[in-house]
Amino acid sequence: MVRRDPVFRAVAASVFLAGALVMLLPVWYALAIASMPEDGRLSIGSLPGPMLIDTLADVIRDPVIQRQLFNSLVMATAITAGKIVISLTAGFAVVYFRFRGRALAFWAIFLSLMLPVEVRIVPTYAVAADPLAPLIGGLRLLGVEIGLSPSLLDTHAGLVLPLIASATATFLYRQVFLAVPADLVEAARIDGAGPLRFLRDVALPLAAPATAALAVILFVYGWNQYLWPLLITTDERMATVVMGVARTLPTDNAETRWGLTMGRALVAMAPPVILVLVLQRRLVAGLTDVGK
Amino acid sequence: MSIHTPPAGAVFRGRMLPWLLLAPQLAILALFFFRPAAEGLRQAFHLADPFTGRGIYVGLDNFRALFAEPEYLDSIRASLIFAGLVAGIAMALAFVLAAAADRLLGERPALRSAIIWPYAVAPAVAGVLWLFLLHPSFGVIAQLLHEAGLAWNPLLDGTDAMALIVAAAVWKQVSYNFIFFFAAIRSVPKSLIEAAAIDGAGPLRRLRDVVWPLVSPTSFFLLVMNLIYAFFDSFGIVDAITEGGPGGATRLMVYKAYRDGFQAQDLGGSAAQSIVLMALVGVLTVIQFGWIERKVSYARS
Repeated sequence: MVRRDPVFRAVAASVFLAGALVMLLPVWYALAIASMPEDGRLSIGSLPGPMLIDTLADVIRDPVIQRQLFNSLVMATAITAGKIVISLTAGFAVVYFRFRGRALAFWAIFLSLMLPVEVRIVPTYAVAADPLAPLIGGLRLLGVEIGLSPSLLDTHAGLVLPLIASATATFLYRQVFLAVPADLVEAARIDGAGPLRFLRDVALPLAAPATAALAVILFVYGWNQYLWPLLITTDERMATVVMGVARTLPTDNAETRWGLTMGRALVAMAPPVILVLVLQRRLVAGLTDVGK
Repeated sequence: MSIHTPPAGAVFRGRMLPWLLLAPQLAILALFFFRPAAEGLRQAFHLADPFTGRGIYVGLDNFRALFAEPEYLDSIRASLIFAGLVAGIAMALAFVLAAAADRLLGERPALRSAIIWPYAVAPAVAGVLWLFLLHPSFGVIAQLLHEAGLAWNPLLDGTDAMALIVAAAVWKQVSYNFIFFFAAIRSVPKSLIEAAAIDGAGPLRRLRDVVWPLVSPTSFFLLVMNLIYAFFDSFGIVDAITEGGPGGATRLMVYKAYRDGFQAQDLGGSAAQSIVLMALVGVLTVIQFGWIERKVSYARS
């Protein structure tokens, strides 16, 4: 047995408590500022007060914020669902089939791991503005004229699609499926299960823990996107809540209602923070099992 | 890296089906990944005419111009300083907190929440929160610094502005690093700790000689992840609170590529910057992937 060292334990407790307090500090003051009257002065000892509820209610009742929250929610859930579906099927295909071109497909997917969307913003923007350009150009060569070309700017699809064009989740599923014992697959085949049946009855349940973890990670990733939404939306009605917070920054003039800005920041971060707190076990398992 | 495969008896036959399963992912990658990447490569070697959109092939001129531009060299320097500080500080703090938590949270791992929740906060929002703490006219920490006699002003002073974005980035990144260090420290075999204790090693000595070497693979992985984060995710923090200022002190590489492409309309220059960033991520990804491949052991028969 390791002897308990009370001194070291006390030091560890103080260190951890100090860390937790520093983590809390910015939010503590966000709460304090959000509960200040218009002409209040903030000091080190300021405490969150009863006005906080009014400020948060003002923020949530604002139709502009409601619209932004809706956009963020659509973006986060669509990125989560979309990426999980396309990655799961692709991972399944790469592991459980032998077919010509498999290595090529695999490497094509692997290459995409290398470029976060931040790196290819200008050309990706051009594609989103005119996604069908090559198709229309090709048809024109054949003598077919199509006047209208859809654009993804200021659409939910435009917010989502470029952000699911990466293969991180595919590799996670590939690892999950590679760890499935070969006997299990052989047994399923002997029982006459085809690939889709096997996918439904064996692979999906086995991938459930990884999927739950991915869902948390991807929802947080989607909700917190900033650069891409900034580029692709010009219409106020398509802005996300994170963009909204960054836009309402305080200036030095007295007109700014800092309390409202902080209220917005609190509302903008609440959904992903609550999700992470509630599902922290899944998140931690998901992150550390794969080292994503 | 190789394509691992289950044994032949454990795979399905099919010609169309695998392609159907792959189709959605490959289609999205083709449209939103390969096409923009190819276009970016093309732009990097062309001089774009903003009116016709036609490019003139200029070879490596965009890159030569880029590395001859003092502003670009400054942005590389700023990025390296930022990435080094964020990775170093966030990893050191997270390790200390994880070591402390390991002693305390034995039966109550849920107390992790106290440290990990900032993982869920958007970088842009983290930036706004820290600006409020450190704003020269109404930030509470800024007040303390002023009372201590420091001329703290991140709106005017480049070094202070860098400190501000580093603080916001570290705050966010400590939570991520903590998750990994905490898991790694908890998985150190108890028998090793006990053996060291029997040999008379105190808690700090055990941390240094037993725990630290065993979590070093995790540290290596985190170093790569922290660098990737510092180079790319930092965009939101910079754009929300400093906009690259004052005087370009916080104009990180990603931010500069964005400004040059979207505001200065310098497509060739911006694309060349993207290629440089691409090479950087490529190297980091290969290193990291090699690490994951080693770590995972496949059930092979």
